[in-house]
Amino acid sequence: MTSQVSSPITAGTADEPHVVVDVLGEQRNPAKETRRLDRVIIRFAGDSGDGMQLTGDRFTSETASFGNDLSTLPNFPAEIRAPAGTLPGVSSFQLHFADHDILTPGDAPDVLVAMNPAALKANLGDLPRGAEIIVDTDEFTKRAMAKVGWPANPLEDGSLTAFAVHPVPLTTLTLEALKDSGLARKDAERAKNMFALGLLSWMYHRPTENTEAFLLRKFAKKPEIAAANVTAFRAGWNFGETTEDFAVSYEVAPASAAFPTGTYRNISGNLALSYGLIAAAKQSELPLFLGSYPITPASDILHELSRHKNFGVRTFQAEDEIAAIGAALGAAFGGALAVTTTSGPGVALKSETIGLAVSLELPLLVVDIQRGGPSTGLPTKTEQADLLQAMYGRNGEAPVPVIAPATAADCFSAALEAARIALTYRTPVFLLSDGYLANGSEPWRIPQIDELPDLRVEFASGPNHTAADGTEEFWPYLRDPQTLARPWAVPGTPGLEHRIGGIEKQDGTGNISYDPANHDLMVRTRQAKIDGIAVPDLEVDDPPPTSGGGTPSTSGGGTPSRARTLVLGWGSTYGPITAAVRRIRRSGGQVAQAHLRHLNPFPANLGKVLKDYDRVVVPEMNLGQLAHLLRAKYLVDARSFTQVTGLPFKAEQLAEAITAIMEESADVDV
Amino acid sequence: MSTSEALSLVPKAAGKQTMKDFKSDQEVRWCPGCGDYAVLAAVQSFMPELGLARENVVFVSGIGCSSRFPYYMNTYGMHSIHGRAPAIATGLATSRRDLSVWVVTGDGDALSIGGNHLIHALRRNVNLKILLFNNRIYGLTKGQYSPTSETGKITKSTPMGSLEAPFNPVSLAIGAEASFVARTIDSDRKHLQSVLRAAADHPGTALVEIYQNCNIFNDGAFEALKDSTTSQEAVIRLEHGEPIRFGTKGVVRDAATGELAVIEVTEADEDRLLVHDAHAANPTTAFALSRLADPDTLHHTPIGILRDVVRPVYDTDMADQLDLAVTRQGAGDLAGLLAGTDTWTVP
Repeated sequence: MTSQVSSPITAGTADEPHVVVDVLGEQRNPAKETRRLDRVIIRFAGDSGDGMQLTGDRFTSETASFGNDLSTLPNFPAEIRAPAGTLPGVSSFQLHFADHDILTPGDAPDVLVAMNPAALKANLGDLPRGAEIIVDTDEFTKRAMAKVGWPANPLEDGSLTAFAVHPVPLTTLTLEALKDSGLARKDAERAKNMFALGLLSWMYHRPTENTEAFLLRKFAKKPEIAAANVTAFRAGWNFGETTEDFAVSYEVAPASAAFPTGTYRNISGNLALSYGLIAAAKQSELPLFLGSYPITPASDILHELSRHKNFGVRTFQAEDEIAAIGAALGAAFGGALAVTTTSGPGVALKSETIGLAVSLELPLLVVDIQRGGPSTGLPTKTEQADLLQAMYGRNGEAPVPVIAPATAADCFSAALEAARIALTYRTPVFLLSDGYLANGSEPWRIPQIDELPDLRVEFASGPNHTAADGTEEFWPYLRDPQTLARPWAVPGTPGLEHRIGGIEKQDGTGNISYDPANHDLMVRTRQAKIDGIAVPDLEVDDPPPTSGGGTPSTSGGGTPSRARTLVLGWGSTYGPITAAVRRIRRSGGQVAQAHLRHLNPFPANLGKVLKDYDRVVVPEMNLGQLAHLLRAKYLVDARSFTQVTGLPFKAEQLAEAITAIMEESADVDV
Repeated sequence: MSTSEALSLVPKAAGKQTMKDFKSDQEVRWCPGCGDYAVLAAVQSFMPELGLARENVVFVSGIGCSSRFPYYMNTYGMHSIHGRAPAIATGLATSRRDLSVWVVTGDGDALSIGGNHLIHALRRNVNLKILLFNNRIYGLTKGQYSPTSETGKITKSTPMGSLEAPFNPVSLAIGAEASFVARTIDSDRKHLQSVLRAAADHPGTALVEIYQNCNIFNDGAFEALKDSTTSQEAVIRLEHGEPIRFGTKGVVRDAATGELAVIEVTEADEDRLLVHDAHAANPTTAFALSRLADPDTLHHTPIGILRDVVRPVYDTDMADQLDLAVTRQGAGDLAGLLAGTDTWTVP
């Protein structure tokens, strides 16, 4: 095969798009230098209509199939098409990829692709000195610059000397490449994101076959558009290869050593969560029922599950949040694995029904993809501020187990774990993901089906109690002595007809009871059931220091002891916290790290773990909700480090904050 | 439409049933003299007629006096939360087509706090039978006006009279695309049971409004329809295929305006009388009939089945989509789903 872009692209009929595909990049210009990098952070930024999310997704797929480790951060406004060229309208996609295992989408981009002045201005503050900037110079008109308050052109006035700027007339080049395509100018212009993608693919030696195949698939019904996008993509690649402005290209080797043996794919949190729910239904041999009302950033789960009806999945788009959970609870009564998916405002509306589920003691998954609050808040941005709502946001004593996935891929197993608890203990369970996990993606080792947990349940099938007169009866609230779970007797089972409701029930019989002592017993029993849920112990990562940056403290026995500071997180802060802890350790600091997956009940050893450390630092994307719980339950002086910007923590800032607390604690001890 | 069609997937009882089979062991706790007792007895004595396996019958209710109903039925049941019964029953009926699902609700539960769920259940046409006990008052909270109370009603929360116009539940249901809408009266067991029979036979959502007397907070609210001297004037009994006549009066369509009118029937008018067609695809006439009633005096209140039409049933269609998906995509293959199309292998 030849390697050059000038190969013919012939569009076929609408039914049969036909494109001759050559493979790009088999022969590169030997005059150009190739450098090796261990990791790169790229940010694509443009108008919300510029296709930046698609561009980022494609670059991510290329990178995943190349075998790098990666982590992504899509960041976009809540408006579907915010006013063009304005700062609020900027949409971006950041990708961090490496030849080793990485944990975050990266603090600061090494490369910014800015499709217009707004995209440059909105992201400039995040760039470190020396970062490369690729800008579409065609968009730097007086009018566009005035829109973002630039009286002079920053590309010309010397204000960008700290950066390596590549001025590229992306629009002109795209139009030039497509001059024979027969497309109207407006349609041809739209392919400029693929030109940019082609250029970046050249710069970073990304495989290109999948993107071309993807474009042909995506525009199968519009072959002329498919051909134009492929042409623009190739033109971008070829531009890098030929223009002198790009003298260097970079290789980032596959992260082979970072990954255990297995088959991998790239996956986002919401997709992993959807698959986890389908897997849980399969493993429990129960039909999956989703009741949901569209809400950002949870709707993708509704969309995804709606596509898998061939798994027996029923998806019900309800008239409101309350009906969504109500229908799910009705399905649970009927013996389904019932789920409702929402975000914080939806949880507020569902609260009363969650309380009913607590009282009925039926399994139900409440999936909260958290976003910035209060009220409508920041619909497309991330936050962890629903923890206390999940814990306590109901009338009466209404304990609900809470589980939080740590990474995008972890959403899969977290969904299975939430289902395990719901089904075993007959209780609603909160699964707290967030916008960062939902939309971000990372490589996932695809599990074998036989690795998945067995979640099968036994429905009640006969009487469970003998009355004084010898009659065999069914008592819907007679509990399993181990789990305190009540029997799940589904309609259609003869002889077990029973009535349940939100009014307090008599222990055992489930009949209405207003008896004071009985209510006291039932409240305590429901609490004991949740408190007694078996969850794995918390694991602490506390290695001795590897290099000589400070003497390890020793305990009385003279053996190297544990660190004095523990960093404890939960949910999506896992990546940034782990990255921060690695930084501290690399520079010789000794710090322990643990991450909570179960927030209710806490792991049984949590109290002991907390007492093992002089200082406990709790980074959270809220104002200290977990710290509040820890202080209340364990009387520990947990130190909060919080951020509510709608964005994940940056590892460097986190490392600085943790280090400051470590040093402060050292001062106090001296 | 037949029982076999609407309830074809619900297993039948092995033997003959009696009213006693449907009475639970729980003590009934409504106020003595409450209209709910009559409705309960009518339902309990009607159920054996359907001959369904008791374990496949479910009553779901919300909150209010009438919503205690499930506790007294020896079937599966759920006494849920205020207004949400139609939503909960929708999930149950949609996922379990082998069940006969009944919703028991009241005027506050269905039309105030749960109004949204009611209209959407009717619009979707899920296989549910909704019994709306309308006593035109809030009973369980001790006597505030309800969304069906007449304007000007003096209650604890409206000492100077209610400022609100009431809902006509039948009009509301017809407006919400209901495929089956009927009205009946607690004290007329024969009529009530005939309506229940038709509702049970109906594939999809059936709304049955039951005028129910609250003898504590709104006693005699429906007396005009019950008193033998006034009921002739007040009650329009609808029978499908029959001319609409009551007492000396009848209903005709005004040729000029198209509106319905109540007239004194003379021999010359016999041919002009409107013949009731419950199965008319267009809901206009059913709606017009529902508007004949005077919300204050209740004069010219139609009872019986106003509308009974066949429309796609939500749960049936959903099940069909699931089957179709298997035909098109094959039965779900979890390993294939998880792997997707873009993978790489680390040796």
